[in-house]
Amino acid sequence: MYDVIIIGAGPAGLSAGITCASSGLHVLILDEFMYAGGRLLGQLYQEPDGTWWNGIEESKRLADKAYTLGIDIHLQTTVINLEKQNETWIVYTEKTTYQGKKLLLATGACESPIPIPGWTLPGVMSIGAAQVMTNVHRVKPGEKGIIIGINVLSLAIAMELKLAGIELYSLALPLASEISGDHAKPKPVFTNLLSFSHMAQNPLLRWGGKTLRFSWLQNLVLRMYPKKGLSVAGLPLQIKTAVTEIIGEDKVEGVKLVHLDANGGAIPGSEHEVKVDFVCIAGGLYPLVELAALVGCVFNYIDELGGYVPLHNEYMETTVEGLYVAGNITGIEGAKVAIAQGTVAGKAILHSFGLISEKEVEDAARFVHEVRKNAPIQFHPNIEMGKRRVMEEWGKVMKKKITN
Amino acid sequence: MSRRILQHPILGNIKNNKILTFSFNGQALTARKGETIAAALLAENIRTLRFHEESGRPRGFYCNIGHCYECRVTVNGKPNVRACLTLVEEGMEVVSLGTLDNPLKEWRNERV
Repeated sequence: MYDVIIIGAGPAGLSAGITCASSGLHVLILDEFMYAGGRLLGQLYQEPDGTWWNGIEESKRLADKAYTLGIDIHLQTTVINLEKQNETWIVYTEKTTYQGKKLLLATGACESPIPIPGWTLPGVMSIGAAQVMTNVHRVKPGEKGIIIGINVLSLAIAMELKLAGIELYSLALPLASEISGDHAKPKPVFTNLLSFSHMAQNPLLRWGGKTLRFSWLQNLVLRMYPKKGLSVAGLPLQIKTAVTEIIGEDKVEGVKLVHLDANGGAIPGSEHEVKVDFVCIAGGLYPLVELAALVGCVFNYIDELGGYVPLHNEYMETTVEGLYVAGNITGIEGAKVAIAQGTVAGKAILHSFGLISEKEVEDAARFVHEVRKNAPIQFHPNIEMGKRRVMEEWGKVMKKKITN
Repeated sequence: MSRRILQHPILGNIKNNKILTFSFNGQALTARKGETIAAALLAENIRTLRFHEESGRPRGFYCNIGHCYECRVTVNGKPNVRACLTLVEEGMEVVSLGTLDNPLKEWRNERV
């Protein structure tokens, strides 16, 4: 019997495990992947101060600490069911079952696909797949590719592909459809781009981020944005070009593109083809919550957090007794926030065992806000608003519980 | 072997060069120790991992982290193993999944 079972060996799960084991709890961490670190593994970017954030090294640092503290980390282990019998959690994996007193879900996020004609051809992959192939497995996704979807994640990974010597034709938009939504509209994409333009090396975009607060001015600049695209930090950004189809017989051989006007309308006669041998689809991330749904958590749809999230409080407790959450399962954010959230969950668990005071949990929870405020990029500009909505919903549910 | 990123300006160079042999649909191939089936095949420019159960159209890996199940293959006789989460082992036999019988559809086609 473990004191704590943690599902997910990413930044949140590892930091929670480290927090618990540091105070003597017996901890098990389970993960499907062959290395500990979760999606932190693929991350590679330059901090504002010029130093490199190397996800592989950060993951190794966390995993080494966890192993040193005697945490059992079982990798390549897929959880297939969860059950609570009396006060004990039973975790079913493909190989065996485990029992624990407390359970933490740190399952991270999943990528939203954007279906496009031809997207089932071999050579089409999610943007995260290209990142893992390049930085973790060290195999090129192809010789020359195109990225469909311009957002903070696709830009970061495009930089990583470039660093590894992989050629990109461009980053372009998906064809407008019911599913592609705002991903296919030049204006929202451009506005979003401006929100993290402080990272851009291109002076026009950098200037734009500071100056273009007014919508009419944004429209004007968008109208002037070159059809062929703009090179931002060496990346060819085609905000006014959409991929209409991925072509090839048995594998990706190219894409069909069309230029768009500032409103996202296809310009007649601008259709053209480009040869590529791989295509990345970047439709954004949403919290991976299936396991929380299995055990009857209350859920809320919060757009700012990326989708449905299990309802939780500031201490990362859910509506199910003894079940905690941390990391991207609670909303899409960076690894540093996930690490801070993992610490909160770990401390909340320690408090439930009577090992530390509530004040310590409170302090850790406050630290999360600080980390969030100092994060160089945010996946959603209104993340704090989303978090406030979760707390409001938690208040409502708890009030109902008390009055019942 | 040219598709492997052995040198990298930040991540450094790969030193571990232990080579394993395995097979894919009967073809003898090599992999670097620590590579997944999906990565080792991609390094050999093999992108088609299976064929769709009904249409027979080729499919490759999509998410590369175990979520989408597009990359499932038969490994040493065990079907529906995710190529993106499975490390190549010496002598491993990997086989593509193919179309499945669809008796109900055939029955319908004969009558309609």
